[in-house]
Amino acid sequence: MRQLTHLDRLEAESIHILRETVAEADRPVMLYSIGKDSSVMLHLAKKAFFPGPLPFPLLHVDTTWKFREMYAARDKVAADPAIRLIVYTNPEAVTQGINPFDHGPLHTDMWKTEGLKQALDQHGFDAAFGGARRDEEKSRAKERIFSFRDRNHRWDPKRQRPELWALYNVRKAKGESIRVFPLSNWTELDVWQYILREKIEIVPLYFAAERPTVTRDGLILMVDDDRFPLDREKVEMRRVRFRTLGCYPLSGAIESEAASVEAIIAEMLVSTSSEREGRAIDRDGGSASMEKKKQEGYF
Amino acid sequence: MNASADISAWLAEQESKELLRFITCGSVDDGKSTLIGRLLYDTRQLFDDQLAALEADSKRHGTQGEKMDFALLVDGLSAEREQGITIDVAYRFFASDKRKYIVADTPGHEQYTRNMVTGASTADLAVLLVDARKGVLTQTRRHSYLAQLMGIRHFVLAVTKMDLVDYDQAAFDAISADYRAFADQIGIADWVAIPVSGLTGENVAARGAAMGWHDGPTLLEQLDTVPLDAAADAPKSFRMPVQWVNRPNQDFRGFSGQIASGAIGPGAEVRVLPSGRVTRVERIITADGDLDEAAAGQSVTLTLADQVDCSRGDVIAAAGDPPQAADQFEATIVWMADDELVPGRGYWLKLGTQMVTATVQQPKYEVNVNTLEHLAAPSLQLNSIGIAEIATDREIVFEPYAAEGSSPNRALGGFILIDKLTNATVACGMLHFALRRSLNIHRQHLDVSRETHAALKGQKPAVLWFTGLSGAGKSTIANLVEKKLVASGRHTFLLDGDNVRHGLNRDLGFTETDRIENIRRVGEVARLMADSGLIVLTAFISPFCAEREMVRAMLPEGEFIEVFVDTPLAEAEKRDAKGLYAKARAGELKNFTGIDSPYEAPEAPEIRIDTTQLTAEQAAEAIVEELAKRR
Repeated sequence: MRQLTHLDRLEAESIHILRETVAEADRPVMLYSIGKDSSVMLHLAKKAFFPGPLPFPLLHVDTTWKFREMYAARDKVAADPAIRLIVYTNPEAVTQGINPFDHGPLHTDMWKTEGLKQALDQHGFDAAFGGARRDEEKSRAKERIFSFRDRNHRWDPKRQRPELWALYNVRKAKGESIRVFPLSNWTELDVWQYILREKIEIVPLYFAAERPTVTRDGLILMVDDDRFPLDREKVEMRRVRFRTLGCYPLSGAIESEAASVEAIIAEMLVSTSSEREGRAIDRDGGSASMEKKKQEGYF
Repeated sequence: MNASADISAWLAEQESKELLRFITCGSVDDGKSTLIGRLLYDTRQLFDDQLAALEADSKRHGTQGEKMDFALLVDGLSAEREQGITIDVAYRFFASDKRKYIVADTPGHEQYTRNMVTGASTADLAVLLVDARKGVLTQTRRHSYLAQLMGIRHFVLAVTKMDLVDYDQAAFDAISADYRAFADQIGIADWVAIPVSGLTGENVAARGAAMGWHDGPTLLEQLDTVPLDAAADAPKSFRMPVQWVNRPNQDFRGFSGQIASGAIGPGAEVRVLPSGRVTRVERIITADGDLDEAAAGQSVTLTLADQVDCSRGDVIAAAGDPPQAADQFEATIVWMADDELVPGRGYWLKLGTQMVTATVQQPKYEVNVNTLEHLAAPSLQLNSIGIAEIATDREIVFEPYAAEGSSPNRALGGFILIDKLTNATVACGMLHFALRRSLNIHRQHLDVSRETHAALKGQKPAVLWFTGLSGAGKSTIANLVEKKLVASGRHTFLLDGDNVRHGLNRDLGFTETDRIENIRRVGEVARLMADSGLIVLTAFISPFCAEREMVRAMLPEGEFIEVFVDTPLAEAEKRDAKGLYAKARAGELKNFTGIDSPYEAPEAPEIRIDTTQLTAEQAAEAIVEELAKRR
């Protein structure tokens, strides 16, 4: 009998989680952020329900500030007739012109946290898959795979349901919902190894290329469009790539030569900083920043 | 460097790595988090920015002076960082040259034992931490017992903070001997004691000069070499709980699930349980192509050779060696909720992919996890462990959790209980065996069906369930309703609380448990009467939602009609026709609903009667009208 490898086991566990949710929830949805974790999660979902189509839609909570290449990748995924993609933008944030340059933390709160809550409520989704992993951040490490949210989408870390074996409690009252994290037990390295093994297509921004950049507050930022207000800064071409993707004005790049998945993994092995280092969003509010956002309803 | 060749070799090596899941447990100050922080640090899982943040945090909250406080790294929640304790189970990841690890860091203090049980449920090995200055504590024993209970078979006793006892071998030996006595008592055979210092890293991932006297393995050496359960197990028979039926079109019907044990190939004869139908596996389908064989741990989709009835909750098993199905069991239960167990109350029980209603009897005994004594217990409180009988409302397919000489049958032997009102996970349990009586009683097939009975009476059966406070007017109104129904030619029967307590239920008192049993019996009688085609009226206080819902679940949909006779407590007490409220107020009657026992009003009754607005006659009229609408 073939011995299952580490990746085989992670894949089987994630597929089990995806199927369990679909079997027990009324209206599941998959949060699709276009990043590498979302791409892996989508790949796993296709495997879980093969040869049938995906039994749930994808939801992209858009901030209008993603990289252009991300929108291109998203539209390519949505072109598959077996996939239904819902794009949601918070109309209030549109009206008020919320942007990462002028509004700081409010940008994340309005576009992402509020936008997500509105989208889930509007469609009546009672279970939402997210690509978060426990190795990403301290409060994530303590979150359940099936993470219960009250009617206001709040997470209460002190009242989490015990999660034993592979038995997930998907029961909830009307109006309450569950965030489901099929990649909980994956590490960043696992994700890259799996992308390599399964030949999963990811946004080219993960690979090193010459890109127009400026440096601000120690972050290398890409000037992706003309909405980027330059403060007498000179835009320089740098050979960079991104370890995580979000809104382009908030995503820090690293200088790199890695142009293939193998090269990215090789670079990771000698890397001295974590992938979330380049995320400005984690820096608001100190060490409890993510926990606080999650309690407010952020993914 | 030649990145591509190097990385390919490295990746190939990664592919063959094994996975070991373990838990760390100990009491509050034993330094679990410090030890895990040290493991992450020494296996280079920490990045510079995380270390920089840690250094800053160490200065702010740290307890280690100038040194880094690794505990701050793993205590992720604000409350934990403020109080310097670990509240919740946290999962950590690291790898050695030989294995990849998932670590459940579980809290030690008693009120969070449920989290330790959670962490242990998926672990192959437990690292028990003992402070070298304190020795084996009550908590060490509790955690050993719990880990063993959950099926963990490999243990490491990590004697920490050796730096604080000057690396004294005698102190270590004394603790080791102390633990040996306990391990022998509860039958833990595979354990090894290791003296470590999380602070200096000695004997964690590497040896140091200070404890040259230790000739056993380091912690990491032990983790790298302990035999893996899956590989060490004797072969088990094939079982796959069906999770989901994949039916994209009329031509395809696949059964998806994760294989719990054994292996299977196309052509193998299988039995679908609980129906018992035998067929063959046609194909094993994955997105990567059909498989010739699939084994424990894999998530697959099977197609079967024959059109057999098979859905979520069923188990596909080796035809020659299928698991049992039963509806009464003995089990170990770990209670994990603030609200205590209510014997006789219906809870959701989830086992594998099966979800049924289950009732737990009064425990046979509770285990004192410190002394392992058996204690009498009327119920189970938060963090208590008891042995009790469980009955489910239909047969479930199961295997005993504990398996002699091999890893436990987690997938078909472990279950959780869910509160039907709050949906909280209130307990977990491990099935021991089916009670013999449940295997021998088979339902008699009856030729005259309930439809025939009802047709003969020319009516649709129903149970009008009157609920409300004592003195609310339930019996009075139910009497009037029955008279009206009989007058219009209906076949009825009225079950009245006081009357039933003189006969069928005269052995029951008024404790919560007895009240639940009272309602259960009345529910069963009402169901038999509805089966015979009658319109049944019942007048019972029936104060708890859970029991009313239990009776609702016994009947076909639409036949249970909850009638809430809504009389405010002050009004009922003012009437006090039987003088009971006066007695209860005087303390002569205990457990009186509304006074010292709660009444849970129905949230969405089919019929609500406000007795401050309607006379009994008007109320009866309204109920008969409502019933007529439901014909």
